[in-house]
Amino acid sequence: MSISGLFLLVVAAIIGWWLFARQLTAKPWEQKQSEADDQYGGGASLALGPARAGLWLFLGVITAFFGLFMSAYRMRMMVPDWSPLAEPSLLWLNTVMLILSSAAFQWTRGAADHGDAGRVKAGLGAAGLFALAFLAGQLLAWQQLNASGQYLTSNPAIAFFYLLTGLHGLHLLGGLSVWGRTTARMWRGGSPLGDIRLSVELCTVYWHYLLLVWLALFGLLLIT
Amino acid sequence: MAYVAIADRDVHPHDPQTFFTRYIWSQDHKVIAIQYSLTAILVGLVALVLSGMMRLQLGFPNSFSFIDPSNYLQFVTMHGMIMVIYLLTALFLGGFGNYLIPLMVGARDMVFPYLNMLSYWVYLLAVIVLMVGFFVPGGPTGAGWTLYPPQAILPGTAGAGGGIILMLVSLGIFIVAFTMGGLNYVTTVLQARCRGMTFMRMPLSVWGIFMATVLGLLAFPALLVSAIMMTLDSTLGTSFFMPALVSMGEPLDYKGGSPVLFQHLFWFFGHPEVYIVALPAFGIVSDLLSVHARKNIFGYRMMVWAILAIGGLSFVVWAHHMYVSGMDPYFGFFFATTTLIIAVPTAIKVYNWVLTLWHGDIHLRTPMLFAIGFIFTFIHGGLTGLFLGNVTVDLPLSDTYFVVAHFHMVMGVSPILVVFGAIYHWYPKITGRMLNETLGKVHFWLTFLGVYAVYLPMHYLGILGVPRRYFAMGDTNFIPESAQSLNASITVSALIVGVVQVVFIFNLVWSLFKGPKAGPNPWGATTLEWQTPDTPPSHGNWGPHLPVVYRWAYDYSVPGAKQDFIPQNQPGDPALTAGRDHGIKG
Ligand code: HEM
Ligand SMILES: [Cu+2]
Repeated sequence: MSISGLFLLVVAAIIGWWLFARQLTAKPWEQKQSEADDQYGGGASLALGPARAGLWLFLGVITAFFGLFMSAYRMRMMVPDWSPLAEPSLLWLNTVMLILSSAAFQWTRGAADHGDAGRVKAGLGAAGLFALAFLAGQLLAWQQLNASGQYLTSNPAIAFFYLLTGLHGLHLLGGLSVWGRTTARMWRGGSPLGDIRLSVELCTVYWHYLLLVWLALFGLLLIT
Repeated sequence: MAYVAIADRDVHPHDPQTFFTRYIWSQDHKVIAIQYSLTAILVGLVALVLSGMMRLQLGFPNSFSFIDPSNYLQFVTMHGMIMVIYLLTALFLGGFGNYLIPLMVGARDMVFPYLNMLSYWVYLLAVIVLMVGFFVPGGPTGAGWTLYPPQAILPGTAGAGGGIILMLVSLGIFIVAFTMGGLNYVTTVLQARCRGMTFMRMPLSVWGIFMATVLGLLAFPALLVSAIMMTLDSTLGTSFFMPALVSMGEPLDYKGGSPVLFQHLFWFFGHPEVYIVALPAFGIVSDLLSVHARKNIFGYRMMVWAILAIGGLSFVVWAHHMYVSGMDPYFGFFFATTTLIIAVPTAIKVYNWVLTLWHGDIHLRTPMLFAIGFIFTFIHGGLTGLFLGNVTVDLPLSDTYFVVAHFHMVMGVSPILVVFGAIYHWYPKITGRMLNETLGKVHFWLTFLGVYAVYLPMHYLGILGVPRRYFAMGDTNFIPESAQSLNASITVSALIVGVVQVVFIFNLVWSLFKGPKAGPNPWGATTLEWQTPDTPPSHGNWGPHLPVVYRWAYDYSVPGAKQDFIPQNQPGDPALTAGRDHGIKG
């Protein structure tokens, strides 16, 4: 918990300082500063469009969300009734699926940059399939646990397992809905590749990010 | 940096045609702001009525058959939760944030208008789910606004069946709504400022709202996390927070959960929440003081830094709400220290407000009265906060009326006074008409004196040891008879304060039709929202061209200038701006 707090603080401080230090020490009421400020073009402070900036901010929110879950996990571990969970080995395979999905998006993004519509279609298809395979694998892992008599209420480690994988899966489903819209637009045709390219790029970033979250969660589950 | 003309792309936003698209499914930030504000004020009135009911019981115990111990606690809970989240957070960020950010930074709208519209409707859904709690069997939850487990979901607590679930679900929905809005506010400030609007030229209102939104985006997830885990504990029987326990003679299935874990998560959200409502108030009050004192804000840079510092520090003080939950003494020492440190930037802000008034050309119009009233109540609540921040002082005072008095002064009354001041200040821009000054002054004085009559005696009650969240005292030796007369007088004052708000509502409605026409800039303010081509501003805000900013937001009473204010979008005139370096210190 305090780790989360400090972490957020440090991250905020670094980002804030890096972005704004020079601007924040300006004295806007002075003539010299005023002349310099008049040159300021306005618009974006970050060299990103609003959609990209919005996505990065959103990733920050999700970081806080999963980070707090992870702190809660570690704090709950300290209570004596904790008994560690033997993770189903299927999770390794699922992890590979998610990595492939992310890689497929990266490849699609390259194809979109080159304006190669055929490869974009193929890439989107592969990325979606791998992501769906990941989700199916996660469900299967749930089922294996359930079949071996490890229910949500059996012990806290299992409850956290269901909860964390479930929430991560929901985030991926959210991503898949955007993927679905993008793919549909691609197949229907008619949208300029420029628009598609932005969607692909945003999806790619989001996918890489969810992969990172998954690795962090999986790591936490493994070492405890 | 090169001019990235994102903000000027839609010169002609597709003007909404029908009544429906213009006022209901509107994507215009100003309409959304009004929707947010009206909804928030409406639920706020519900919370006000609830507080009246609590006061009736406390002032005149057992004289009212419709108040029993368990619905007293339901009133307490709903009152607290509505006031903090559904009124103040929604009003400051969804209401003022939406209205002011695009206008003050010179944008045509929020960057994601559709998401912004969705944010309001999802917020409305959260409010409806919350209100449904009043009508389900068992009623709303009576767990206190802190919703501490285990008691929040045990059968002995009112609303343990349906009410608590509705509360948690409603909070979850609220957080989704807030996130959609919040991403908009932050991205708009970062990415859609007009030409010339550097960060340090932004009015403090924008700074306050911006930082509060950042806090909200990082803190609300903690509430969401705890709400999710608590929902699972109460519906599916997990034991995240629920320890093994015996309830009404029956051992329950829970085992090993940690109630203190909930408290950590809750307050990791809860303390920043205090600043989520305080920072916008700080920002707005700075602008009100500066405009109505015809003087630049004292120490603008210091004010910005203080907002940033308070925002950062507010994440490392949460455990000062948990001194009585049992903790390592060093842990307590750490949090007492950070709590006192956060008082430093806060005190700087107070000094700067007072120094802004110093030698100002003060116009005591209604918004200014409320702004000055805020300085009083805030200093007052802030000082008692210093007491409570110390572990040894807090232990005996915790859960007494002293705490109730403290947090009402600092996060109840103070932000509400700013809300009133802000409404009197911006109403002319929003509606094109002035509010009635006489009614405004009546409203101010009765409210201001009334809240003192309500909360000042509560400090004394708290020192006597009168506990909070108690339906009745019963026969308690350490509480003298006179405490009851004090309670009766508090109740009378509270009811008067409550009723006086009718004057305000009446003024809002009446002036909409009968108020004198305002003109574009009735207070002579410099910031961009007063420089729009139309009043009220039309969809798209700026006509064909975006404004260009040439100066900071506080050029008031500049020596040598023709008027006592220079709008931000007035080009620099060397003869006129040469004087600027004199007499203005930051
Ligand atoms: C005329 C206005 C108000 C009156 C008369 C009033 C009165 C009360 C009373 C009697 C209580 C219950 C104390 C107890 O039994 O423990 C209470 C609790 C509370 N009030 Fe207010 N209040 C007012 C305005 C506000 C505002 C504007 C806020 C916004 C922050 C607020 C926030 C709270 C909170 C957070 C609680 C604690 C609820 C709990 O214990 O769970 N109140 N108020
Ligand atoms: Cu606090």
